[in-house]
Amino acid sequence: MAEFFWAYVWPVLVIAAHSVLLLVVLLVLIAFLLLADRKIWAAVQLRRGPNVVGPFGLLQSFADLLKFVLKEPVIPAGANKGVFLLAPLVSAVLALSAWAVIPVSPGWAVANINVGILYVFAISSLEVYGVIMGGWASNSKYPFLGALRSAAQMVSYEVSIGFVIITVLLCVGSLNLTDIVLAQQGSLGMFNWFWLPLFPLFIIFFVSALAETNRPPFDLPEAESELVAGFMVEYSSTPYLLFMLGEYVAIVLMCALTTILFLGGWLPPFDIAPFNWLPGVFWFVFKVVFVFFMFAMVKAIVPRYRYDQLMRLGWKVFLPLSLFMIVAVASVLHFFDLAP
Amino acid sequence: MKEAATTSPFLTYILALPEILLVVGAMILLMVGAFRGERSANAISWAAVVLLLLAAVFVLLLPAKGKVLFDGAFIVDSFGRFMKVLTLIGSAAAIVMSFDYMRRARLEKFEYPILILLATAGMMMMISANDLIALYLGLEVQSLALYVIAAFRTDSVRSSEAGLKYFVLGALSSGMLLYGCSLIYGFTGTTGFPGIAAAATLGQTNLGLIFGLVFFLAGLAFKVSAVPFHMWTPDVYEGAPTPVTAFFAAAPKVAAMAMFLRAVLSAFPEITPQWQQIVVFISIASMILGAFAAIGQTDIKRLMAYSSIGHMGFALVGLAAGNAAGAQAVIIYLTIYLVMNLGVFACILSMRRSDGMVEDIDELAGLSRNNPMMAFLLAMLLFSLAGIPPLAGFFAKFYVFLAAINAGLYTLAVIGVLSSVVGAYYYLRIVKIMYFDEPAEEFEAMPGKLQAILGVSGALVTLYFFYPAPLVSAASAAAKSLF
Amino acid sequence: MIVADAFFYLFATVCVGAGLMVISARNPVHAVLFLILAFVNSAGLFILLGAEFLALILIVVYVGAVAVLFLFVVMMLDVDFAELRAGFIAYLPVGALIGIVLLIELILVLGAWVITPEVAAHVTTPTPPPAEVSNTQALGQVLYTKYVYFFEAAGIVLLIAMIGAIVLTLHHKEGVKRQNIADQVARRPEDAIEVRHVEPGQGL
Repeated sequence: MAEFFWAYVWPVLVIAAHSVLLLVVLLVLIAFLLLADRKIWAAVQLRRGPNVVGPFGLLQSFADLLKFVLKEPVIPAGANKGVFLLAPLVSAVLALSAWAVIPVSPGWAVANINVGILYVFAISSLEVYGVIMGGWASNSKYPFLGALRSAAQMVSYEVSIGFVIITVLLCVGSLNLTDIVLAQQGSLGMFNWFWLPLFPLFIIFFVSALAETNRPPFDLPEAESELVAGFMVEYSSTPYLLFMLGEYVAIVLMCALTTILFLGGWLPPFDIAPFNWLPGVFWFVFKVVFVFFMFAMVKAIVPRYRYDQLMRLGWKVFLPLSLFMIVAVASVLHFFDLAP
Repeated sequence: MKEAATTSPFLTYILALPEILLVVGAMILLMVGAFRGERSANAISWAAVVLLLLAAVFVLLLPAKGKVLFDGAFIVDSFGRFMKVLTLIGSAAAIVMSFDYMRRARLEKFEYPILILLATAGMMMMISANDLIALYLGLEVQSLALYVIAAFRTDSVRSSEAGLKYFVLGALSSGMLLYGCSLIYGFTGTTGFPGIAAAATLGQTNLGLIFGLVFFLAGLAFKVSAVPFHMWTPDVYEGAPTPVTAFFAAAPKVAAMAMFLRAVLSAFPEITPQWQQIVVFISIASMILGAFAAIGQTDIKRLMAYSSIGHMGFALVGLAAGNAAGAQAVIIYLTIYLVMNLGVFACILSMRRSDGMVEDIDELAGLSRNNPMMAFLLAMLLFSLAGIPPLAGFFAKFYVFLAAINAGLYTLAVIGVLSSVVGAYYYLRIVKIMYFDEPAEEFEAMPGKLQAILGVSGALVTLYFFYPAPLVSAASAAAKSLF
Repeated sequence: MIVADAFFYLFATVCVGAGLMVISARNPVHAVLFLILAFVNSAGLFILLGAEFLALILIVVYVGAVAVLFLFVVMMLDVDFAELRAGFIAYLPVGALIGIVLLIELILVLGAWVITPEVAAHVTTPTPPPAEVSNTQALGQVLYTKYVYFFEAAGIVLLIAMIGAIVLTLHHKEGVKRQNIADQVARRPEDAIEVRHVEPGQGL
């Protein structure tokens, strides 16, 4: 029995503890990022943003949480109840489960699997289901239109995200996320990270990440001026909270992925005295927050795309460009004998 | 099967150059078409014809000795060489015949010649397949392109129906073929034909392998439209645009039959009795159905569909013999069949009045007075299809029956002769309508391209008996490379 | 190994159950959702076999792309299930017959495979041994070298499918206005705006 405990139960407990720790830190971080998002948006528009709950409105997100949890969930009479309630769960659970493989510092990952990047890509390709199921199960026009838009949008941009990831993998020679970060280590510090040599792909990835997470200027699935709130029209209270949570977790996941693929993960910008005193996890969080700041600025500055423009950008600009980059990068690696 | 040494990468690409040429050429033309629009359709069609003929020249320049490429998946030998030239000529002729029809039907799309190019590349892959996976992939490349061009006339319900029917039944047959392939793979442990031949010996055949073989043959029989897997043929032939039907009746049939031949002869040479009885059955069924079902037809395209079912039955007689003489007979049969069919379809494509195409057999009435030359050549072709001496069609049938008798398949040969007598009735009926019925309204003048194809085809069929040696010796060399 | 076995039975049971629900669900959207469940569980089975690359590719390709489009189509179709069911009963005997024939064959075949030793000898061993390289690497090593012909041929099949889909469904309508972004960007203020000085009280 003791053998069984040490062989099976103990590892499960360890993993559970890791996961809980990760979740708590992540959710608290997201609570403040949500606030930061609103504050940045407000600042760009010369408003003050949330400033009532707590000092500088710091506790606003927690007040929102309480409000969502305590309100009564309303389920429309014509809704397909099972799918209606499943949709926000799918959305939130999938977004959170992708975090299992994200390394925030050397060895700091719940699961360090050797197809990590593929796992994250697979999970993020599933996130569209939350939106489609929610839109369909609401049995209402606007949510359905939002769901259809979202399905087309996410499938389109996934293609270029996939190609960008493949190009990075060509330079790394491994699908392991830790290996991807370590491959960016070098004497030039931050100029060794992939954002510089693969600059066009960095831009493509950043923009596609916006589209993949339905962030403005690609927030067509919820476009409030045409579809009210898109696929979330009929949702209220905790289910709505789960949708919002899933969306923000996915956004932060994309920020983390950008950090790992292009910004050197937990590596300090230069491997010299003041920088390398700080632990890797600080740099990781710093970079994630920086990318999130970029996301927030884009939301505040760029007007929404029209649907045909969105599709044009995805299929006629990013797809050929990323395909060309694969060929170009592979050729350079092959002919200069740089392939790992 | 000869064991050939593995070839160097460079040589590999030289030996596969005809296929590479077609596929890369098709992609380049696709880009040209996509950027230049529909205006370029005519130029792309001609470019496709040139590509096909160029590929035929390259095929002829390849060495005749068997060479195996791509880790045993692809074989280049004189059988493949012969069949590839045949399909390339068939495809090129099909494109040449399509120009006027496509222009009149406002179907001038640049995708048509590109799909034919890709389909032809698929046929060449089928002919060269030396492995179950290569066979299946070649088949799918070909079939998928054919499904699309069957439905090419999107404004016509019948064309769409033809495409859909072909697609659904084709997918079903691919399923059967794959089921058979997986069983064969499971019981022999390999997908390569030489490996299967080594494992499938008479001493240790087991049930699973036989089941696999049955499903495999069923899938192949569908592709050559042999009874009982022929149901799609009349509807698809009737519904598809006529130049597409002309294409269907020629090159794909030749390629599918070549694939059938290579698959059974090189993968299952040791268990000939096991597949022979199946081939004999589908051959008899196809000949009889082809002969009787065509009698009541009034639509000439439907009639040609039943005719092609019957002809595939005759070709299978040669395969049933299971020896080099039989294979040689099949090769000769397919060559002559291709030439005859192209000629007949050149005539069908010129059955046009000012108000559009006509397809009814009675519309041919009195053709001998309106257009005596066309009537004469068509009559010759029909006599040849019926197998009347001394035309080429007679020799084609003669060789296959001879092979069957030498292999001791007397019943098969007798049934074949009887059904060809029955089949002669409906061919002769058309000749009678052309020569002895009251003339119908005159057709429009035959376009030059069709005249050329009809002329060449008619001349070859009529004059074949003067000089049969080149075809016979080439076919003999091709057949030998299979054994 | 007992945990792996338990997981195998879990995935296998859910997979078969979801498969049954795909064909028996009353609502077509539910059927597709069950299909997705079956895919995900098959991916789980792949992982148990040590084929993590295939497992994740299955999810990316089938669940992430194919099934989404499938769901997309099914949601927009108005399927009359009463009508479908009428056909279902009519074709049930034929379908059941074919199913039974296939089942009997599979049993015969698998039986022979297990019982006959010389057939078992044909079972090919995976190259290279799984302990030496990860299966992503193993696939990469053969896909573009040994099986490059098949890979390219499959690519051609997909190309034809794409051409076919476009040629059969795309109809260019006359007189549709299209946005040309290059033209819009190239347009200068001088082309569009004219500055005129208007005298007060005069007008143009």
